[in-house]
Amino acid sequence: MTELMVKAEGVHKSFGRTEVLKGIDLEVRPGEVMCVIGPSGSGKSTLLRCVNHLEKINAGRLWVDGELVGYTQKGDKLYELRDREVARKRQEIGMVFQRFNLFPHMTAVENVMEAPVQVKRESRAEARDHAMRLLTQVGLADKTGSYPSQLSGGQQQRVAIARALAMRPKLMLFDEPTSALDPELVGDVLAVMRQLAADGMTMVVVTHEMGFAREVGDSLVFMDGGVVVEQGSPREVIAAPQHERTRSFLAKVL
Amino acid sequence: MSNPIKAVPVRHPGRWLAGAVILVLAAMLAHSLVTNENFHWDVVGKYLTASNVLNGLKNTLILTVLSMAIGIVGGILLAVMRLSANPLLSWTAAAYIWLFRGTPVITQLLFWFFLAALYPRLGLGIPFGPTFLSVDTNSLIAPFTAALLGLGLNEAAYMAEIVRGGILSVDHGQTEAAEALGMSRAKILRRIVLPQAMRVIIPPTGNETISMLKTTSLVIVIAYFELMTAVQQIYSRNFQTIPLLIVAAIWYLLLTSILTVVQGRIEKHFARGVATR
Repeated sequence: MTELMVKAEGVHKSFGRTEVLKGIDLEVRPGEVMCVIGPSGSGKSTLLRCVNHLEKINAGRLWVDGELVGYTQKGDKLYELRDREVARKRQEIGMVFQRFNLFPHMTAVENVMEAPVQVKRESRAEARDHAMRLLTQVGLADKTGSYPSQLSGGQQQRVAIARALAMRPKLMLFDEPTSALDPELVGDVLAVMRQLAADGMTMVVVTHEMGFAREVGDSLVFMDGGVVVEQGSPREVIAAPQHERTRSFLAKVL
Repeated sequence: MSNPIKAVPVRHPGRWLAGAVILVLAAMLAHSLVTNENFHWDVVGKYLTASNVLNGLKNTLILTVLSMAIGIVGGILLAVMRLSANPLLSWTAAAYIWLFRGTPVITQLLFWFFLAALYPRLGLGIPFGPTFLSVDTNSLIAPFTAALLGLGLNEAAYMAEIVRGGILSVDHGQTEAAEALGMSRAKILRRIVLPQAMRVIIPPTGNETISMLKTTSLVIVIAYFELMTAVQQIYSRNFQTIPLLIVAAIWYLLLTSILTVVQGRIEKHFARGVATR
């Protein structure tokens, strides 16, 4: 089990009476890029949010890097983790949101420095240095002093990726990172993600970008109605889907 | 720009007419201010910087600043409690707001002033057990303390709702992003949510401060002394009511003007990242 970065076993999640996840089993190996596709409402974003405990699961088990998410187990009893412990575990998981969620009252470099300084207690100089390197890496060396409102959507999303990377995570979660972008801005963000994958980062990417899934993904998961309908290598799933639901979804998006 | 448009602009005769009317009215007002002897500008000038008036002004300022400080700190605390997931804290804050907003300030001022009638002595000790330290309530709660308690605790109830509105105005995605980075609840509130909430909190807080400046005059009921009381004491002796009311009005207007400028500065500070474009 320790050799897996993410492992889900029979994960269920309900909002009130609506069951959004109906028993999910998944395995993500270190260094793997897993793309999750599916129609809206299929539960793919919810699954991603469960992985860093932004949502609590109702049944099943979820591990990140061999440790249970949100709980500790002693004997056969589960104990809920305290806020502080949940926060500590989240530091090791980077998350990128569909709507960027940059802090609007801080410049790009301040956004990237915020968590290392406030959470990891890095010195400002050290954090600034690292932030500058990350912003250069995502192609924004000339925008470090800009506020989010002065940046395009694609630039904002790249700052958001740099912000997540600043905590040196061992796992990156992407929740439809290009869905809120104008088409001509998607490429820059995907290029940054492609580089990240090439550098060996473990990534779970909820996306509609089939080209990215095919070329960068090591595995592809198709979800519908709260279950994993089909998974396998991206080329095989896209070229020869085994299930009717996968086939009809792919026919619409390709 | 090779061929710029040259058109006759739309005429606005209404604006000229309104301008003329306002100009005439303003001239009439100015004329009467100068020529009507009942204004007694000499009396206004004499009392504007009289030591009684300045003492009252000083108390008005001290009461306003300290009451607002209590109100803002208490308001933030109550707002956070009100929004807390802990139902006990949330209900306690709701009950506080209900009580302190639901009764007149003047009632609360008198209540604190006459606290000794309810509890002649106040002490420190174990609940329902022995008392270690006990003092006479009247010596602890002088009019000044009663004024601060009455104005500050009442203000906290109003500020709580203003701060709560500000916190709720911040997009939940901000909290989620900060949570995903591993920030603690307290850090998220202080570093991410409150700085953004300030944009919504400041304008009504400016209103509250200006309103407090004038509400402080209620402390007359507990025999405390500020600008308005000072002026009333003087005109009850010399019957120059209007000139002395003008003295008070001039000081209030001056203070309000200063506050307006300060508010503008603060708003500009917290608008960073939003107004820059």
